[in-house]
Amino acid sequence: MLNINNLQVTIQDEKQNIKPILRGVNLSIKPGEVHAIMGPNGSGKSTLANVLAGREDYHVTEGTVALNNEDLLLLEPEERAARGLFLAFQYPTEIPGVNNMYFLRTALNGLRKRKGLPPLDAADFLMLAKSKIKEVGLDETFLHRAVNEGFSGGEKKRNEVLQMMMLEPSFIILDETDSGLDIDALQMVGRCVNSLRAHARMILVVTHYQRLLDYIQPDVVHVMSNGKILRSGDKTLAHELEAKGYGWLEPEVKS
Amino acid sequence: MANKLIKEVVNQHYPYGFITQIESDTIPPGLNEEVIHLISSKKNEPAFMLEWRLKAFRHWRTLSPPTWAHIHCEPIDYNEIIYYSAPKSAEAGLKSLDEVDPKLLETYKKLGIPLHEQGRLAGVAVDAVFDSISVATTFKAKLHEAGVIFCPFSEAVQKYPELIEKYLGTVVPYRDNFFAALNSAVFSDGSFVYIPKGVRCPMELSTYFRINTAKSGQFERTLIIAEEDSYVSYLEGCTAPMRDENQLHAAVVELIAFDNAQIKYSTVQNWYPGDEEGRGGIFNFVTKRGHCRGVNSKISWTQIETGSAITWKYPSVILQGDNSIGEFYSVALTNHYQQADTGTKMIHMGKNTRSTIISKGIAAGHGQNTYRGLVRMQPYATHARNYTQCDSLLLSSTCGAHTFPYIEVKNPSARVEHEASTSKIGEDQLFYCRQRGLKIEDAISMIVNGFCKQVFKELPMEFAVEAQKLLEVSLEGSVG
Repeated sequence: MLNINNLQVTIQDEKQNIKPILRGVNLSIKPGEVHAIMGPNGSGKSTLANVLAGREDYHVTEGTVALNNEDLLLLEPEERAARGLFLAFQYPTEIPGVNNMYFLRTALNGLRKRKGLPPLDAADFLMLAKSKIKEVGLDETFLHRAVNEGFSGGEKKRNEVLQMMMLEPSFIILDETDSGLDIDALQMVGRCVNSLRAHARMILVVTHYQRLLDYIQPDVVHVMSNGKILRSGDKTLAHELEAKGYGWLEPEVKS
Repeated sequence: MANKLIKEVVNQHYPYGFITQIESDTIPPGLNEEVIHLISSKKNEPAFMLEWRLKAFRHWRTLSPPTWAHIHCEPIDYNEIIYYSAPKSAEAGLKSLDEVDPKLLETYKKLGIPLHEQGRLAGVAVDAVFDSISVATTFKAKLHEAGVIFCPFSEAVQKYPELIEKYLGTVVPYRDNFFAALNSAVFSDGSFVYIPKGVRCPMELSTYFRINTAKSGQFERTLIIAEEDSYVSYLEGCTAPMRDENQLHAAVVELIAFDNAQIKYSTVQNWYPGDEEGRGGIFNFVTKRGHCRGVNSKISWTQIETGSAITWKYPSVILQGDNSIGEFYSVALTNHYQQADTGTKMIHMGKNTRSTIISKGIAAGHGQNTYRGLVRMQPYATHARNYTQCDSLLLSSTCGAHTFPYIEVKNPSARVEHEASTSKIGEDQLFYCRQRGLKIEDAISMIVNGFCKQVFKELPMEFAVEAQKLLEVSLEGSVG
């Protein structure tokens, strides 16, 4: 269960000006639910995703976030990951010289250790990785390359989905995973996310467009603008938005 | 927050800073012709050696220390330094490993260099140099069978004076530079390697240098000769106790490769770097040069430089033989107030000579890290090629990385490529790793190791893992 209550966040820009980004966000996700957050550029959706994951550029000034009744904001990013939080990055980082498979295995075995599970040995891991990489539509050679180095935008996103499939987190945040993807890749993301839908798992899909939601049917759709959630509803809200634009909800917000 | 954590990770302690309590024969500080006579007589050297030392000394007195490097250090008083110190128990010379003083064995065991011929380093022959002399050499018999000579330099002067006289100073003449002249005058020990024609040295050779006595300098000299069609891989390691005052280490290494010969020389340099405020540490002024004398010969330098308060070092290759190859792979890390000015010189003389330079500089704390490299294509170096890649990684906002490439091309068919990059360790990379559940120290070491991978893969297998660990230790506590 995720509970966000009156979350207010600021950021300091290069000129040391303090800018409010989130202005009181309220959101609850129950186990088994898929929520989507839509909104125009600059509305604060990616900030919300990053604040939940613990990125340090942001300053929380008000409000609380509880994941399964634990204060998420007190935890370091790696501790949040250990609680099952996974962020599929909008712009995945390249880590030159670090083997993709080594990275994945270190991450997976680290999480397993925290759960009291024995580490997967190299052979078992390789088998698992090979089956999952097929599902995300990447060639096996990507396992032996450096993390995201020289990957195309689409390949990076597929690599994010691969990590999600391997780590099987209990709270997944997809931060504009659909941006820059072609229709085949979108379908793949949809298939993978749907395969992870489970009664105990929470999924938060942050997206600019409605089209990803053709493949992932959300239980709840939220529309965010100017740092606040303006409206929540079922999936028909997404279609309505697509038809009428963001301006429909708030005249001063440009789509 | 991340910065604070990174700092903690990077500031681990130097684990080799202990002092061995051992009775030593130490001469008083000071440098004059008498001292040189004394060193030479202690080593029972032939006349040519003493003469050479004296010539070097007289030349040295006409020189002043170089000032062009990007380093700051107080002038060194050369009369304050002890030029000879040796454990008494080892001075008389050793017949076998069983005779080695247990205190010395214990010292090397603590340093992770077992001086017996089994166990972890079973495939590596070790020459252990303690202050001014070699205290033990393993696997001498096995190497002898293969025809390989691997012994302390002072022993070589006794047993193979003709080889020493023929080759000493032919790659790095005593006139080369200030520190080479000083070394030539006062050098005490080091290793000598001779690989006969057609022999592939059956094991890794290594020398482990340890400075122990306070105020002493270490001036070792290493000479490796690879005859036609031979191969040798050699590794040196270095550590010193933690002391508040600086100590001087000024070594000279000369490599000679004849037709089709290959020499692979690796260094893991972990001299005491000084404390967090920059007190103490070793001044490491070293001249290393290889000479590809024969056709198709190859010399590779790989260095992992994590120690020393100051490192001044440019392992170079003179590519004289046609089709010869020179390589330089370097990881240099400076933390706290460490300064490194290091790089290489590739002097292309022969046709179709090729050189590769891969330099990875990592700066943390207030560390200053400089790459300085010369690529020179001489008029007869037709179709010579060089590729240089210099990357710097900054782990703090108070450190510095500098690159000074010098390129001189006197042959129109030569090709020189230079690539350079500087990046700050990404908050993005760290966050990405941590989001996947990695602890910050694991994330930093993973990113730094990835950065150095191109160089680590050049190290002999026995030492590649150690080098990674060493980097982790040296990095403890460094971004801010």
